[in-house]
Formats: sequence, structure tokens, C-alpha cells
Amino acid sequence: MRQSVALPRGVQFKPRVGAPSRRRRPKLNARLYVGLSIIAIFILSSFLLPLLNSVDPAEQGTYLKNLPISGRHLLGTTALGQDIFWFLVTAIRNSLLLGVGVSLGVTVISTFLGLSAGFIGGWYERIVVIFIDTFITIPVLPILIVVGALVRGNTSFAIVGVILICFGWAWNARTIRSMALSLREREFVNMARFSGASTMDIIYREIFPYVYAYMVVGFINTILFAINTEAALAVIGLSKVQVPTLGSIIFWALNYNALMIGQTAWIIAPIAASVVLFLGLFLTSTGYNQLFAERRGVA
Amino acid sequence: MIKLDNVVATYTTQRGHVNAVDGVDLEIPDSMILGIAGESGCGKSTLMKVIYGDTGFPLDLSAGSVNYGFDNDRGQPVTSKNIQKEWFKRISYIPQSSMSSLNPVVRIRHQFTDYPATSKNKAETLEQVRTFIQKLGLPPEAIDAYPHQLSGGMRQRIMVAMATFQQPEIILADEPTTALDVVVQKDILMLLMELQKEMKNTIIFVSHDMGVHYQLTDRMMIMYAAKAVEYADTADIFREPLHPYTLMLTNSLPTIGDDRARAGLPGSPPSLWEPPVGCRFAPRCPLATDLCRTVEPQLAQHRPGRFSACHYAESVPQLKETIGHAPRLSDVAKDPAKLFADVESALKLDEALELATKVEEPAR
Amino acid sequence: MRTILKTEGLNKDYQLGGFPRNVTIKALDNINITVESDEPVIISVVGESGSGKTTLAKVILRLVQPSSGAVTVADHLVAGKRARPDKTEFLRTVQPIFQNPFEAFSRYRTVDAYLYETATRVAQLGRDRAIAAMEEALSVVGLEYKDVRGKYPNQFSGGELQRASVARALIPHPSLIIADEPVSMIDASRRLIIINLFLALKQEYKTSLVYITHDLATAYYISDYTVVMNHGTVVEFGEAKQVLQNPRHEYTRLLLDSIPSLDHKWTEEIAIDASRN
Repeated sequence: MRQSVALPRGVQFKPRVGAPSRRRRPKLNARLYVGLSIIAIFILSSFLLPLLNSVDPAEQGTYLKNLPISGRHLLGTTALGQDIFWFLVTAIRNSLLLGVGVSLGVTVISTFLGLSAGFIGGWYERIVVIFIDTFITIPVLPILIVVGALVRGNTSFAIVGVILICFGWAWNARTIRSMALSLREREFVNMARFSGASTMDIIYREIFPYVYAYMVVGFINTILFAINTEAALAVIGLSKVQVPTLGSIIFWALNYNALMIGQTAWIIAPIAASVVLFLGLFLTSTGYNQLFAERRGVA
Repeated sequence: MIKLDNVVATYTTQRGHVNAVDGVDLEIPDSMILGIAGESGCGKSTLMKVIYGDTGFPLDLSAGSVNYGFDNDRGQPVTSKNIQKEWFKRISYIPQSSMSSLNPVVRIRHQFTDYPATSKNKAETLEQVRTFIQKLGLPPEAIDAYPHQLSGGMRQRIMVAMATFQQPEIILADEPTTALDVVVQKDILMLLMELQKEMKNTIIFVSHDMGVHYQLTDRMMIMYAAKAVEYADTADIFREPLHPYTLMLTNSLPTIGDDRARAGLPGSPPSLWEPPVGCRFAPRCPLATDLCRTVEPQLAQHRPGRFSACHYAESVPQLKETIGHAPRLSDVAKDPAKLFADVESALKLDEALELATKVEEPAR
Repeated sequence: MRTILKTEGLNKDYQLGGFPRNVTIKALDNINITVESDEPVIISVVGESGSGKTTLAKVILRLVQPSSGAVTVADHLVAGKRARPDKTEFLRTVQPIFQNPFEAFSRYRTVDAYLYETATRVAQLGRDRAIAAMEEALSVVGLEYKDVRGKYPNQFSGGELQRASVARALIPHPSLIIADEPVSMIDASRRLIIINLFLALKQEYKTSLVYITHDLATAYYISDYTVVMNHGTVVEFGEAKQVLQNPRHEYTRLLLDSIPSLDHKWTEEIAIDASRN
């Protein structure tokens, strides 16, 4: 019969009352508000607005060429007879889709490889690290330019995305791996082991929460990277420029000397949109960083 | 004579203000080693910071003052406001961790010549330092090394050397040996005692280790929940404490050769955000009465040179008597369910309490 | 007689530095300890930092592989070349208590999550019985389940958290608990609560304990046997009261002398020595 050991009188044993509950909702800081608002506006407008438009904005010759800004054409028309405003809206949507798609792929791959390599160690880690380091040292833009030149618009948009994933995952994987390496030595990992957790349990429940903050920030930064790189390629003409993206608008606008022919909106609008979108992403990324730091008590 | 005049030290945080030291009022005589003991969070490190003059946001000496008992070069009395100018000259500080206090990328000698008093004559200063550290058992080349090249014990001796080099009148040591092994600790403590005897200055030593206090200090101050609860000669503190907290503190330490059962101090100190009314130790005190829970006891002199902040200070010696009759550990260990109960009844706390209230009533 | 703990020729070498100037550090050097008993015992392993006591703990817990030698716990071979204990079987035999209670739990998980996991995966109990086991273990250490449930590590004090740690280790009723400096991060005045608890556990749960510490006084207070280590070797081993009151090895004597005791002052020693010379 097990009796509990009676402890001396005069004892207050409640765990510190009044200690605040951990899971209070995080207070968003100013940066995060602005950043998330910008992104929300972009996402909502680029996905919902096209529902109001029945015309394919990429089709050339829909309207008269080079029309100025008016009530009908909010930003005018291009030299190919497309409505700039609707083209831009579709472009933003496609860029965002690409960005998020690439980011998802990159985050999943880099987190999985980084965590498993850092935690499991041994020969598995060595092979993965060689893999990661190889991909890191490959210079992205020159390779993409070469590939783009070879392929010259004959690829699908999806392939562009896949190529971006291939070159984007390595850096994050490396960082996550080093985080996992140091986390592996922490005492609570041993505690979890002695509580019967398997390796997968430990990676998911013990180590992942510490990596989570980095992942969120990494996710947003990768969106930036993807949209940026695609735009760079498109401007040079190496992406699939028939598909409206932020980069491809600029490409066409440059090609047709938009400034010269007086269609300033054609080139200014996408640039302005890119800048604001990037600003939004950047503010969100640093805002989250700050939020996580505050939660940890380091800010 | 260092005079702490109702010192109140406040931390300003997001949650508000909290008094880490809440009214410490006593005098520290010259030429001796004072020990400050207490649980973590009692305010001893904060008090050290205040005495050292290391107050800057968020720590603030919000009330009271510290008078150091000497004048500065210009003949003005030194107080908390201008003590900073005397750092390392007339007051110095030995921190807990030598590794975080020594710049890891420069050789140690740079730290000796780093402050205005010594940077004027570097070569001369370094010569003096080399001679000085030999007294501390270090080879003269030690200051030409990088911190990581020396062992923990040697580094802590360097910290002691830095703190004593200019022969300051007050040396503050905040747990300087806590991170060291017990053999090295003994060396450093003996060193400090020797230096103090030679320089005849005041050393204020903070530690949670009562054994270290017993060996090193002449007088002791016990702190609890931001207050000073007892202040007396070390010998008296251990022989006949006049505060229940001190008694329970000294009694919760097993010693080799002593087979009596002991009980740790259950519960925790009150939150300083909402300190209880009355005596702060009352929730955990075996002698607590309604008086204790409503009226806060002041630090009063119950015997010559012995101060205690307890309404029933005179009854504590009796409490010590009964604790001394605790059963042998081997007798109670066989039946663990009774282990605590037996010790408690052995303490005969009910009786002690009765006795205590009986003694105090006629006195009032 | 059961073998509580037996190490045979245990060695652990670490290589420091790269080629060609690498140095071999012998963290454990030919450790041979045998403790056999029918009753549970408390074995203290004392020594300074760098003595190898933590490495010994890690080897017994299978967190570190020994370079050679073997370890047997409760008649099971747990470490060494031929040791391949079943994982769950091992976790039910040996459980740890770590030094820093705040490091022992992840910030992002509740404390009772670990207890529940131990109850379901190691003790292999169903949900209801697991909760009953948790309540029992927590009550032994003086905590109540309803006070612990759903709370994160930063909502407890060090002592409470360490007691929760002990409760977790108790759930599978292990034969041996390895406690690596379990009270050094807790205030001196509150250490005895946990130390007394270990004594109670020895009787209640019939659990033997390996108590690793640098504090000889608490080692004296509760141990049956004491192992004194220095630089990776065992310098003395025997019954605790004997070793700590009548030490035979010079190093043990040095250690005992260096403890700031409450019996006599060091300054008196010097005076006595001086007057003798």
C-alpha cells in the first residue's frame, strides 16, 4: 500500500500562482501589421479581382494599342493591345503563386533534410551535408541564365518553379541543420528519450518548435527570393514571358520602349507594385522575427 | 564605517516596479569580513550592486543612501552619487564568473592597464602587478596569457588580484567561488582572508553556502525577501541564531559525522510583487502568530551587537534546543511515511510555540 | 544477491584536436565497481569537475558508448560491446534525473506531457491507468496533478520542477535511478526536501539510486556506498560512513579537508600547524 510521504506543516505548495499562462495571444507589432496588411491587400486583390474580368488579359490585340490612362483602362493599354491594369493584377497573382509554391517546396525540403541531418548524424548526415554544400556553392543566377538561354521560353511556368526550388533550398537546410545540431545536445532531448520517444517523435515534438520561428521567417524570405529571381529572369527574357508575371511585364515594357512612347504607367506600375510587395514581405519577415524574439524574451 | 541608511533598491520592468531591497538599515564596521547570506531572490546581489554604485536603469536606488565613511580626493564625503569615480581605487568588485569578466581576445595585462588610474604608466604598473600576483600564488607570466589559457582557479585569482591591486578600502565579492571546485575554493578563500588581514580593509562577501560564511566571515547579515532579518557576529549566528529563518537555514545543512535527521525548508519566499503584510517569513515560520502576520518586525538589537527582525527573537534559542533533539536518521529512514512526521513531532513545534507566546506576553 | 550495479574494466577515451597533434583524454580509466545487494541501496559518486562522474552516468544511461568494458544494472547487461538491451526494457530499468530542471524540459511543451509519455510508452499503460500512475508519482513527491497539468516549465520554481522530474522517473518503477547533481541548482536551504525524498523512495519504491554530486555532506547523509573519483579513476570505494569518516586515500582526505565545515575553522588548523612547527 503506497502512502504519499506527508510533508511538514506550514507549507505552501502551489506552483507559483499568478505566473502568466504561456499561450497568451502574441501582440502584433507595428511592422507586422503594416506588412501583413500589404500582403493581404495584394493577395485579396490579385485573387478576387480577376473574377470581375472576363477577358484574358494576356491576349494581345484585345484593345487599341497605347491608350492613355482613362476610366476604362485604369493604367492604359500596352503596345500589344492589353489592358495594363488587368495584366498587372494577373501578373501579381502569378508571381505570388510562384513565390508561395516555390517557398513551400523549399521549406519542406530544407526543413526535412536539415533537421534529419542535424539530428540523426552519422553517415547520413555526411552525405546530406555534401549534398547541401554542393548546391550552395553553385551560383544560382548564372546557371539559370544558361538554362534559360538554352531553353528560351520553351519551358512551362512550372519548370521555372521547380528550378527555383532546386536552387533555393540549400541555404536554409544548412542553417536548420546547425540549429538541430546544437539542439540535439540539450537535456530535454535526453529526457524525451527516457520518456520513450522515438527519433521521429523527438524531431517533431522537441526540436521542431525551436526551429519553427526560423522556418516562418525563412518561408517569407523565400517568397521574396522566388519572385525576385523569376522577375530577374523574365526581364532578361529567359522565363516564360508569355505568362504575365511582374518580371514579364517589365520585359515587355522595356522591349517596347514604354518610356519613349509615353506609356510610363506600363513600366512604372509593375515596378511600383514590386517594390510595395517586397516591402510588405520584408516588413512581415522582420516583424515576425521581432515577434518571436519578444516571445523568447530576447528583444 | 559603511552606513546603509534605509536602502531601497527598485527594479523597473514592464510589469511595474519591484523593490529588490526593501529598507536595509545597518552599519558595517571597518576592517572585517562581512558575509551576506540568503536564498536566491532575497536581494543580496542587488544590495551588492547598490553598495558598489552600479545602479543604472532598470535598477535604481529609490530611497535611502549609502555612506562610505571616507572622503574623496577633493575632500568631499563619498556617497552613492560619486562612488563610481572610486572604482578599483577605493572600492572594487570580484564577480562570480571570471570567464565572463575577462575579455577573451586580449591578454590579461591589458585589463590591468585599462582604467585611467593605471593607464598613465603602463610599464611601471605592469611591473608592480607582476610582483603582486606572485603573492597570490601566480607566476609573473600569467598576465601575459589569454584568459582561456589559464585554469578556472587561476583566473579567479587574477580577478582577486585586479580587485586588490590598488589596495581598496572596500572589496565586494559576489559568490566568487561558487563555480569552483571545493579544493580550489578553499585556496581562494584562504587567500582572501590573508589579504584582508594584511590590508585591514572591509570585504563584503555574498554566498548561499553557509559553510563558506562560517569559515570566512567575522559578521553576517541574513537576508530574506528583500529585508535584512538578522545581523550579528558569525559565531553567534551559528551558535545561537535569533531568527527562525536563520535557524532553519543553518539546520538544513547535513554535516559529515552528524547522523540526525534533518528537514529542508519547505515552501518558497513570497513574491516581491505582492509582499505579505507583516513579517515576510510568517507563511513559512513555525513560530508565526497573528502578531507576525499583521505587524512587520523591525531589525532591533536584542543582545549587544546582535540584531534580529523577529517578534519572538528570544524564543528562537529554545526552538534550537528542540531541533537538536531530532531522531537519528537511521531510525526514521526505515519508515519513510513517518520520516517527515517524526522529525516534525521531534521538533515539538507546538510546544515551542506555546512556550514562545508565554515568554513574550509578560514582557509586553 | 542481485547485482545493483557492476562496471567491469570501463574505459572512455576522447580524442581532442586534429591530426597530427591529437591528445587522448581518458575520461574513464578502468572503472571497476561492484555493488550487490538484495535491498535497494544509494550509491554516491563524488568528485570534482573533470573527475569523470558525469561520463560514468552517461555511459550507464547509454547516452555515451564506452571505449571498452561493460556495465550491468539489475542483472541486465546495459553497456559494452555485447550489450544490446531491448529499448523499452532498458527504460523500465534505468531512469535519469538531470542537474538543471529548467533545461530538462522543453520550453514549448507542458511538464505533464513528459510524464504522460513516460506512462504510456515506457510503462505501457492505457490512458486511464496512465493518469492514475502520474497522480500517484506526483503525490509521492508532494505535488498534485491538478496543479501541474497544462503548465509550462517557466511557471514552476526550480525545486518544484526537479520534483516533477523525479516523479517522471518513478512512473515506470525503475530498478535504478541515476541522479546527476540533482540538487546543485536548487537553493541550499531547500535541497534537503529532495534528498529526504530519495531516502523515502528507496523504501517505498524499492528503487536504488546512483547519486552523483560534489557535495560530500549530502552524500554522507543518504548513501550506503560511496565511490570517490579523480581524473577518471576510482580512488576509493566502500561503505559511505567509512569512506567519508575514515578515508584511506590521500585525495579523499584532501576533498574532506577542503569542505567548508561547520565544525572547525581552517584558521585554527593553520594556527595548530604553526604552533607545531
